[in-house]
Amino acid sequence: MNIHWSSFSDFLAMGGYGLYVWGSFGVTALVLIAEPIVAVRNRKALIARLKRQARAERGNNGSNKEQ
Amino acid sequence: MIGSVGAVAARDLKLAMRRQADLVSVLFFFIIVASLFPLGVGPEPQLLKKLAPGVLWVGALLATMLSLPRLFADDYRDGTLEQLVLAPQPLGLTVIGKVVAHWLVSGLPLALLAPVLGLQFDLETDALLILTVSLLIGTPALSGIGAVGAALTLGLRGGGVLVSLLVLPLYIPVLIFGAGAVDATVTGMGAEAHLSILGALAIGGVFFAPWATAAALRISLE
Amino acid sequence: MNNRLINWFKYASPQSFYPLAGKMIPWFAAAGAVFGIAGLWIGMAVAPTDFQQGEGYRIIFIHVPASWMSMFIYLVMAFWAALGLAYNTRLSGMMAQALAPTGALMAFLSLWTGALWGKPMWGTWWVWDARLTSELILLFLYIGFIALQAAIDDPRRADKAGAVLALVGVVNIPIIYFSVKWWNTLHQGASVSLNRAPAMASLMLWGMLLMALAFWMYSIAIALYRARTIMLERERGTEWVKETLAAEGAK
Repeated sequence: MNIHWSSFSDFLAMGGYGLYVWGSFGVTALVLIAEPIVAVRNRKALIARLKRQARAERGNNGSNKEQ
Repeated sequence: MIGSVGAVAARDLKLAMRRQADLVSVLFFFIIVASLFPLGVGPEPQLLKKLAPGVLWVGALLATMLSLPRLFADDYRDGTLEQLVLAPQPLGLTVIGKVVAHWLVSGLPLALLAPVLGLQFDLETDALLILTVSLLIGTPALSGIGAVGAALTLGLRGGGVLVSLLVLPLYIPVLIFGAGAVDATVTGMGAEAHLSILGALAIGGVFFAPWATAAALRISLE
Repeated sequence: MNNRLINWFKYASPQSFYPLAGKMIPWFAAAGAVFGIAGLWIGMAVAPTDFQQGEGYRIIFIHVPASWMSMFIYLVMAFWAALGLAYNTRLSGMMAQALAPTGALMAFLSLWTGALWGKPMWGTWWVWDARLTSELILLFLYIGFIALQAAIDDPRRADKAGAVLALVGVVNIPIIYFSVKWWNTLHQGASVSLNRAPAMASLMLWGMLLMALAFWMYSIAIALYRARTIMLERERGTEWVKETLAAEGAK
């Protein structure tokens, strides 16, 4: 299992196909990072919203009792 | 069985005849789309002849698609559809009747109009004949497959655009073999193979797709 | 002894699936990361140059896994859809809805990497090759599914309508692929032939398989995560969601 590349710049150049190879890997990495971020953000927003609603309900019940 | 399909078809036809403006506007849409292409790509006869099968088929496909929401919308609005769903007759057969009626007021006139538009594109007589035949065989499949999309989007906001999003990818095989049949005639290869596959798609669209449509209607009316 | 048998249907309810999924996600994510690192190491650092395509072939390590996943996810979606229609389980629709965006992204990645591969190899970003065209149509099918579900407010109807669409799509995919292939062979000159697969060195094959496993694990993890979010949203108002929310706040 020898490393195929003799230098790092070799690795970046990809034998002249650098633009295409890194264009593919870059966008893939972007998508695979962005998708979880969006998913986490959606989930947090939902949990915050549901909690707000729960608090609002509890608040209403409380004020009803006081009356 | 055939009688009940016929009864549904006859009723739908009668209703369609009362609103002939709808029917005519679909045909005019087809004419306008087909006439826009020469204006867009230029008047060279060779180029137009090459484009004609695809352009006319895509035009017919889009025109059919535009008429799809009408398939169930009226019956949905006045509550008839709910009764059809509850009726003892299998819903799939009712849908077949409606698909047949839809084809008679959209696919059939489009197929009969197509050769006239084909003249604009300088098509030969045999190509015009195959164009008409391929549309006659292929448009029933378009009505049948399109009915699934129309049933799924029943009563939704933005239903018209949504129908095209759902239905157009499923129309691709019909388009390929329909336009391919005309193309094969133009290049002298013979269109039998295309036409027989088109026939198979039409049988699938008219006799099998309606059962999926029936399931979709039940879901939409729940 | 009978109650020792695991009752799989128990997990068909969102209430019990929610914590189970929560436990499974880290494992799948970790497996995905491990496979991904191994696959990238083999594919990008160790595997030799391809004698025909030079270093450009390395795009295969994401192109093929993304294409496989885009097709596989559609099949899984249709499977859940059929299950949902047959047994009327709530979970099935949620799973199908959770899978669709990932499937669409995989189809997009497959097309994107395919274009970047095609440019240096065939000199053009896009060819109307049967496989590329079918992949594009698959992306359209995903978009139709997502748009339909987004347009329906009632989640039960959205699930069932999506299920019918997914099943109709799955029946049509072979027909579409066959027709596109036929169309392609009629129209295409002998300029481009994708079917002649170059013999792959075993290292390349290993790299590709590891990457495919990584994509697979990733898809499961993200779909389960999204499914958990959908469960909370749909089942809001039930006791278990309220308890779960309270527990979330305590953390």
